[in-house]
Amino acid sequence: MKLVTEDGGWSPYLAGALLGVLAIVSVYATTQWLGKTNYLGASTTFVRAAGLLERTVFPERVASNEYFIKEKVRVDWQFMLVIGIFFGALISSTTDRSFKLERVPPIWQEKFGPSVGKRAAGAFLGGSVAMIGARMADGCPSGHGLSGMMQLSVSAFLALAVFFGTGTLVAGFLYRRRQS
Amino acid sequence: MSNDQILGLLTGIVFGFLLQKGRVLRFEKQVGAMLLQDMTILKFMLSAILVGMIGIQLLAGAEIISLSHKPMNVGAVLVGGALFGCGWAVMGYCPGTSIGALGEGRLHAVFAIAGMVTGAAVYAELYPFFKSTILAWKDFGKIGLAEMLNISPWVIMPIFSALILLGFVWFERKNL
Repeated sequence: MKLVTEDGGWSPYLAGALLGVLAIVSVYATTQWLGKTNYLGASTTFVRAAGLLERTVFPERVASNEYFIKEKVRVDWQFMLVIGIFFGALISSTTDRSFKLERVPPIWQEKFGPSVGKRAAGAFLGGSVAMIGARMADGCPSGHGLSGMMQLSVSAFLALAVFFGTGTLVAGFLYRRRQS
Repeated sequence: MSNDQILGLLTGIVFGFLLQKGRVLRFEKQVGAMLLQDMTILKFMLSAILVGMIGIQLLAGAEIISLSHKPMNVGAVLVGGALFGCGWAVMGYCPGTSIGALGEGRLHAVFAIAGMVTGAAVYAELYPFFKSTILAWKDFGKIGLAEMLNISPWVIMPIFSALILLGFVWFERKNL
């Protein structure tokens, strides 16, 4: 097994195992320093970002919304974690020259053509639906898929199975090449 | 910045670095897994789960950290999970990887991120409705597999680990 892939990346087993180490260090560090065990996750941050943006236009609406009150609209540990992901990926990709500006991904282009507008609409609609689902299920592939599975949570096993199950069905319908 | 923000940012930078090095941020990799053609993201996730699980269960067993299960609300996980799966296939990113993908230059991730922020706002508006319908269906609470099966996590872990390793062998044999 190669630890470095052809394009200069790391074996997914190695990078994944190191992420496991990060998850352990992170729960320990947050418990020690912040007094509360924080688990890796991402989707709640989108709620807070929505609240922060919406608050600039409709402050009363956000202040009285039950869900925003429940999730607390503020820039917290996880919010900064999500921002950190951007910089981590930027540092990694620019230093190993895998950074690439891309407007439409190749698999998408094969099926739906090179239109940026079409891709934008797909990504926007897909993103909206996915986030409604993630908030309903109370987690995404980070919160359920990684943190929940590490804790052996019952909900994580079911969530991950449903994520991949439906993802596989829909992706097969959308992108599979038709045998002719 | 406060301490929790600084710690979050540093953790996120390492998280994003590893996601990018594992090459799991890309649309092709996410869709590749859903098309059952490229298992890179499953190799990555399952490796993280394998290592993280052992450390977290040890720390929790020693009562150094506390576990925080997400509720096993059946309707919410089933319906929400299915909605997520549909959106994920079209978008080609999940919430965490969309931000990372933008960091490695995938400009179209901006639309995915904007869509997700919008989706979150829509969810906040619909929350009272969901709360009295889908979320109210059947909630088993914040339960772990060990409590549900009434056995020690140290019995579950070797079995689960063995299944993950078997999966890895299968991926490599099939060249996925």
